[in-house]
Amino acid sequence: MRILRLAGRRLAASIPTLALILIGVFLLLQFAPGDTVDAMMAQMGGGDAATAKELRKFYGLDLSIPAQLGNYLWRLIRLDLGFSSIYGKPVASVILERLPPTILLMTASLSFAFFFGIVFGVIAARGVNKWPDTVISILGLIFYATPSFWFGLMAIVVFSIYLQWLPAGGFENIGELQTGIGRTLDIARHLVLPTLTLGLIFLAIYLRIMRASMLEVLNLDYVRTARAKGLDETRVVIRHVLRNALLPMVTLIGLQAGTMLGGSVVVESVFSLPGLGRLAYESVVQRDLNTLLGIVFVSALLVISVNFAVDLVYARLDPRISAEG
Amino acid sequence: MDAVKRYFRSPAAVTGLVLLLIVVAMALSASWFYPREPLALAGRPLIWPFSNPRFLLGTDNSGRDIAAQILYGARISLLIGGVATAIAIAIGILIGAFAGYYGGWVDNVLMRITEAFQTLPNFVLLLVLVAVFGSTLTTVTIAVGVVSWPAPARLTRAEFLSLRNREFVQAGRTLGMRDIQLILGEILPNALPPIIVYASVIMAVAILLESALAFLRLSDPNVASWGNLIGLGRDVLRVQWYVSAIPGIAILVTVLAVSLVGQGLNDALNPRLKGR
Amino acid sequence: MNQPAPAILTIEGLGVRLPAGADRSHAVSGASLSIAANEILCVVGESGSGKSVMANAIMRLLPNEVSIDAGRVMFEGRDLAAATTAEMRAVRGAGIAMIFQEPMTALNPLRTIGDQIGEMFSIHTELSSTAIREKVLALLQDVRIPDPESAAKAYPHELSGGQRQRAMIAMALALDPRLLIADEPTTALDVTTQAQILTLIRELQKRKKTAVLFITHDFGVVAEIADRVAVMQHGHIVEQGDAASVLYRPQHPYTRQLIAAVPPLTAPPPRKLSDDIILSIGNVSRTFRTGGFLGRGARVTHAVKNVSLKLPRGATLGIVGESGSGKSTLARCIVRLIDPDAGAIVLEGKDWAKLTREEVRRETRHIQMVFQDPFSSLNPRRKAADLVAQGPIVHGTPRAQAIADAKELFALVGLDPSASDRFPHEFSGGQRQRIGLARALALRPEVLVADEAVSALDVSVQAQVLKLLAGLRERLGLSIVFITHDLRVAAQICDLVAVMKDGEVVEQGLAGEVFGRPQHPYTQALLDSIPGGEFARKHETSVFT
Repeated sequence: MRILRLAGRRLAASIPTLALILIGVFLLLQFAPGDTVDAMMAQMGGGDAATAKELRKFYGLDLSIPAQLGNYLWRLIRLDLGFSSIYGKPVASVILERLPPTILLMTASLSFAFFFGIVFGVIAARGVNKWPDTVISILGLIFYATPSFWFGLMAIVVFSIYLQWLPAGGFENIGELQTGIGRTLDIARHLVLPTLTLGLIFLAIYLRIMRASMLEVLNLDYVRTARAKGLDETRVVIRHVLRNALLPMVTLIGLQAGTMLGGSVVVESVFSLPGLGRLAYESVVQRDLNTLLGIVFVSALLVISVNFAVDLVYARLDPRISAEG
Repeated sequence: MDAVKRYFRSPAAVTGLVLLLIVVAMALSASWFYPREPLALAGRPLIWPFSNPRFLLGTDNSGRDIAAQILYGARISLLIGGVATAIAIAIGILIGAFAGYYGGWVDNVLMRITEAFQTLPNFVLLLVLVAVFGSTLTTVTIAVGVVSWPAPARLTRAEFLSLRNREFVQAGRTLGMRDIQLILGEILPNALPPIIVYASVIMAVAILLESALAFLRLSDPNVASWGNLIGLGRDVLRVQWYVSAIPGIAILVTVLAVSLVGQGLNDALNPRLKGR
Repeated sequence: MNQPAPAILTIEGLGVRLPAGADRSHAVSGASLSIAANEILCVVGESGSGKSVMANAIMRLLPNEVSIDAGRVMFEGRDLAAATTAEMRAVRGAGIAMIFQEPMTALNPLRTIGDQIGEMFSIHTELSSTAIREKVLALLQDVRIPDPESAAKAYPHELSGGQRQRAMIAMALALDPRLLIADEPTTALDVTTQAQILTLIRELQKRKKTAVLFITHDFGVVAEIADRVAVMQHGHIVEQGDAASVLYRPQHPYTRQLIAAVPPLTAPPPRKLSDDIILSIGNVSRTFRTGGFLGRGARVTHAVKNVSLKLPRGATLGIVGESGSGKSTLARCIVRLIDPDAGAIVLEGKDWAKLTREEVRRETRHIQMVFQDPFSSLNPRRKAADLVAQGPIVHGTPRAQAIADAKELFALVGLDPSASDRFPHEFSGGQRQRIGLARALALRPEVLVADEAVSALDVSVQAQVLKLLAGLRERLGLSIVFITHDLRVAAQICDLVAVMKDGEVVEQGLAGEVFGRPQHPYTQALLDSIPGGEFARKHETSVFT
């Protein structure tokens, strides 16, 4: 219960942050050359000044900036994200359609990176400065330095073009619509390469942090106490080191949530996944500022919720946190 | 100096430095090897690397010399990486120092702003900035710098928070030093080493960010950048995959070099048990 | 005792090698000693003497770069120095148990006390979890921890320092080991808590007839509990024998030097005090608020409650208290590093508590502070001369003049003026405190506040710095506020003493009075807690002879 209250407090503190982001980006977008109406007119193939004026009045774009901001925030509270001129649908429904692939991709990449990051980090720390450590550390560095989009492209070349084991893009096979297990497996096949691509950099990061964290904990006093009690090394690691070393990793998930979402923009573009990231890219290219703003809102919400979940997990793991309640 | 000796004792750090110097050499010698405009048409399109002695690394879809673009691209990457990092660190130190030193409401306000920047995914913010301000080299560099300042700010703040309570800082106060003297003369010189090391991380990320933008055709199309080339190569990925592969390796090597140098600096400046 | 009891542990010619680049080749060389059953052997030495390394060597818990290269460690017929890891694991905890100095970091913060004590049983025995739980409770009762049931379910951070150490002792004695190694277990504790833990160890030792190897740097502790003593210096055992002989008839010059450096408890004859009050602290209070959300649920600490003290010109006022007594907060209020919430601090007629930030900056040369930690009180990136000259330079003295003055101050505090070109890390702990002193004196203050200025130093160095301070007091006519937790130190140098507890002054007066005829029960408890009180009272040497 105290944990919930603690995390709830942090959540409440993020509301001003959210407001700051929205107001900031909204004002920033006012500087953009051209607005939604210009984009619409471009879509329609041109129009005269009178039509433009009508449209602006209809969308409330002729009001002063503070008034527009007020309108926007008011609609936001009612979860009305505006209208997308490019897709001809409310922004909210466009975003909702594109959300599932992104969430799926992020969850898969995060799990992959976290799990293998822990495994390899522990192996590297146990064999520190010997060959497993050196190999793992070098690989980690190389993965970190690899641009994700390039890795994705090369993966497509190897696995889709030459080996033809995995599809080169898309979310599922649109040719033959499948249901149930078949569909799940199909989606899974399509997500293998994207997950690997997005997860690679984070794998490198988690690996490095886990290794450093393990090494640091292994030097702490209570590990010496555990050894002084006669525990063998494996049990020392499992019972006394792992849980303590995991704490910085958990925090890292929260910190990296935003970066992962950003990374999905590129990965979705490379693999043509119909996700939120690619939607962001499309809105920039097509100057659909309403949608862009909506994506900003949803991204911030996603990051905040991930951090909320992380706070809960952390408080559960570390009894010292709840005590400061 | 012991730090320099320690640096050169690590093979990884030395490798990184060598690689970095190679990249710098590439950048500096670009106009010497390829005096013509790198984006000018040079020959037939899609010549394979090592097949024609005039085009060591082949040509791309439009017939431009890939090797020339690689060399000139080094300039762009190092330039953007360096300038964006400088911007990020300058802003970061400024905000972090004041937040960490003064605490209280100053800290609160500055941290709220930092948190706002960190909650928004940095690539999304980058997209917004590019949408608003356009895609010239200048705007992209500044945008990458602006997107990267929260991390050094947090680091600086953490350093200042811990150093502020150190006894030698308190001694400075009892001696009658002003706040600004304490910040610049006592705390900052001691806070800088980890921040300088972190600069390498920021530079690595900056180079990756810009190349991602370029790949998406959202960066400056008029300069020979590695990301641009990769994006171009995507259209011919099936057969002429080398157009994308080669610049990617260049990025990998550069970022790897920067990371290794940063790690080497870290180990040299903090001779703690390096994985005991 | 007619026949010597059989030796439990015998160390023969032990040598422990240090990695290249350390300040000597061996941490321990040629060390030989033996411990019999049912006796407490104290190993005494200053920092760097190798005593901890020796203890870790017995348990084979040395870090990777440090290793045994000579000698044997005989325990139960086996040479532990040559034993395999598996053999050592069987010995650790069951045959030989160890307790460490810092109870906070020696216990896993994420697991309960009961869990960690119970682990002893799950490693070495086949008992069921119910049986283990019962045993854990019994152990916690043995070490007299309040409310053993909740203590077993508590996490380390929920217990006090003394309670954590009791839990560690319970854990160590769980399997009735033949030998208990205690590595400075009371050094990080308050004096009163220390006394309780020492009593506990002695009592448990007598009951279970365990042999105890007790490592310490404090001769008072030795006097309190040792049956036999071994003195270590630079990795060698320079003297061994039964406690009475070593304490009262030391043979080796180093032992004599160490014992001479222990400050006795009797105060020196009182000096004549001036009637002129230079610093007057009136009703000063300071409260801290932490945490809380929107003003509710904040934790309020009354660090300083209504404290009033007077410092006569030229005198030394000692403020004595344990951790949490508020003495450090008070010290920082006096120099305005922290602002008091209420009260007056009158120095030379000006009320310091009411001055603005800017005024404080200007007036600061009248009252200066010497800090506790020799390692973090000097900016590592500045040369020593710069550090001392900083103050005058900030107040307008031209740089060349300030540096020249700094060199003179170096000589004044007993350092070589040509060394002023070096960086702090090139000096020893005691030398750095001297630099800190020089820095404080550079502005020629009337009042000096010494906040635990000698607490982080070895005993012999402590004595030297105290002597220096006493000498400077005479030469410069300084008035000193001396903050310390160590009554023995206070007895040596203070004319007046004020005892603080929980933010309040519970007793104050002339040093001789307070130490000779303490009125308040807390003062009495403090004095009683001083380890080896009799020894401290008996041996005569003081900094002034």
